[in-house]
Amino acid sequence: MENLSAGDTAWVLTATALVLVMTPALAFFYGGMVRKKNALSTLNLSFIIMALLSIQWVLYGFTLAFGPNIGGFIGGLDYLGFAGVGAEPNGDYAATIPFLLFATFQMMFAVITPALITGSFVERVRFLPFLVFTVLWATLVYDPVAHWVWAVGGFLRNMGALDFAGGTVVHITAGFSALAFAMVIGARRGFGKAAMEPHNIPYTVLGAGLLWMGWFGFNAGSALGANPAAVNALVTTNTAAAASALIWMILSWRDGKPSVLGIVTGAVVGLVAITPGAGYVTPIGAIAIGAIAAPISYYAIRLRQKRNLDESLDVWACHGMGGLWGAIATGLFATTAVNAAGFDGLFYGNPQQLVTQVVAAAITIVFAFGLTFIITKALDATLRLRVSQNAEEVGLDLSEHGERAYT
Amino acid sequence: MTKKIEVILREEKFQDVKDALRKIGIIGMNVVEVRGHGRQGGITLEGRAGTYQVDMLPRYQLNIVLSDHNVERTIETICAAAKTGNPGDGIIFVYPVDDVIRIRTGERGAQALHYKGDIDDRRASGNGHTAAATAKV
Repeated sequence: MENLSAGDTAWVLTATALVLVMTPALAFFYGGMVRKKNALSTLNLSFIIMALLSIQWVLYGFTLAFGPNIGGFIGGLDYLGFAGVGAEPNGDYAATIPFLLFATFQMMFAVITPALITGSFVERVRFLPFLVFTVLWATLVYDPVAHWVWAVGGFLRNMGALDFAGGTVVHITAGFSALAFAMVIGARRGFGKAAMEPHNIPYTVLGAGLLWMGWFGFNAGSALGANPAAVNALVTTNTAAAASALIWMILSWRDGKPSVLGIVTGAVVGLVAITPGAGYVTPIGAIAIGAIAAPISYYAIRLRQKRNLDESLDVWACHGMGGLWGAIATGLFATTAVNAAGFDGLFYGNPQQLVTQVVAAAITIVFAFGLTFIITKALDATLRLRVSQNAEEVGLDLSEHGERAYT
Repeated sequence: MTKKIEVILREEKFQDVKDALRKIGIIGMNVVEVRGHGRQGGITLEGRAGTYQVDMLPRYQLNIVLSDHNVERTIETICAAAKTGNPGDGIIFVYPVDDVIRIRTGERGAQALHYKGDIDDRRASGNGHTAAATAKV
């Protein structure tokens, strides 16, 4: 216990709260983009996951992700129900804060990741199969991938893959799972024929602003201490968001007018892209990462539109492709001059790191997409993922929850 | 004879139209928020990446019931105030009205439409537009 640092503990407690707020922030980010008959439903898809995954994580999620390694693939059950997770730090993960705090900080990541996926199936998903999906997905996709990348003995960590705050674990898994879910559930009625106008873009702006702030907890908190790596992560996070928002504004302007919805989307994409490299790259590297993230996601949205795929709120384009670029960019821009605990990337003379990053990302993409496809197909066959035609037309607020957002 | 005119107009022109009507003594009216489109079809809005079409556009629908002999002047006033010259300026429909009943007094027909200082009062008093008449309403 003599290793406990009050400063580190205070910062990670604060960061935990910041990451928690990202989930309701995401609820508003998404909630503004749907039609008003689905506003409450969309807010709730994120909110309920705070409850659902908090319990899953305490009961068995944490131990699957961070329990003693079994064969490189999954954690053992030693920490079932947070057993043995207490005040004593665990030197494998964070030597200066209580292990219980580390576990709880990680809980917030486990919460927001499935919430990200909800953007792909809003306005048509049945609530019960959604709840079942979320628990299955957290157990079968998130917990194993978190183990592979972050846990001591995880095979991607052993391979040398860098993921400072979850570009691979959070954003690639969520983004590519969203793609699979959208393909299985199918498009909203009237998709491509009638305009599906965002009903409250100010909500989306509010959500994006709170996400930007919460991301300081997400990335700088991932340093797991009040230290220079945390400071670097906070600065690169802010810088990448700024660069991406500006470039998105220019792209949007070139195609018409500078869309506010576009600008705030750009900021979020920049935050996604910097996540895996936040603690390993310089502020100038962050500008490049954010600036390149914007066109990647922008044109990914265009491609998705052209393919007529109703991946409704572009989780794949923003988180999947933004996260993939972030993983690759970490292999380009990482430098041990910023963080001795990391590795150098291609631009600092280590091409091998780029290869490692790409391989780790590719394995995660195949696993997340494939398994989500199977889970959603199975759920569709047994529980039926979609609401009835009439329920969809009336809107999920009334049909699934018996409530109206606005009266 | 009594007519109803139903005016679909741009939201941003409503204040101008109301002021112009007040000036000629058209006082009673109500307004409804509506959505729709005419020949204009729709407009293009900015999305996250690229644009999309919206074809049900917000407009105000202004309803006025008035005597036959005031219809032309009212229409001219509305057109002058509501026009921008761009597609989407709106449209006016004129309907016959069978009867008008003022609930408080039970007055009917043209009598029920009368306001102190309105367009007919002004005609009777030599088209005078007095501050007092305006203030009364």
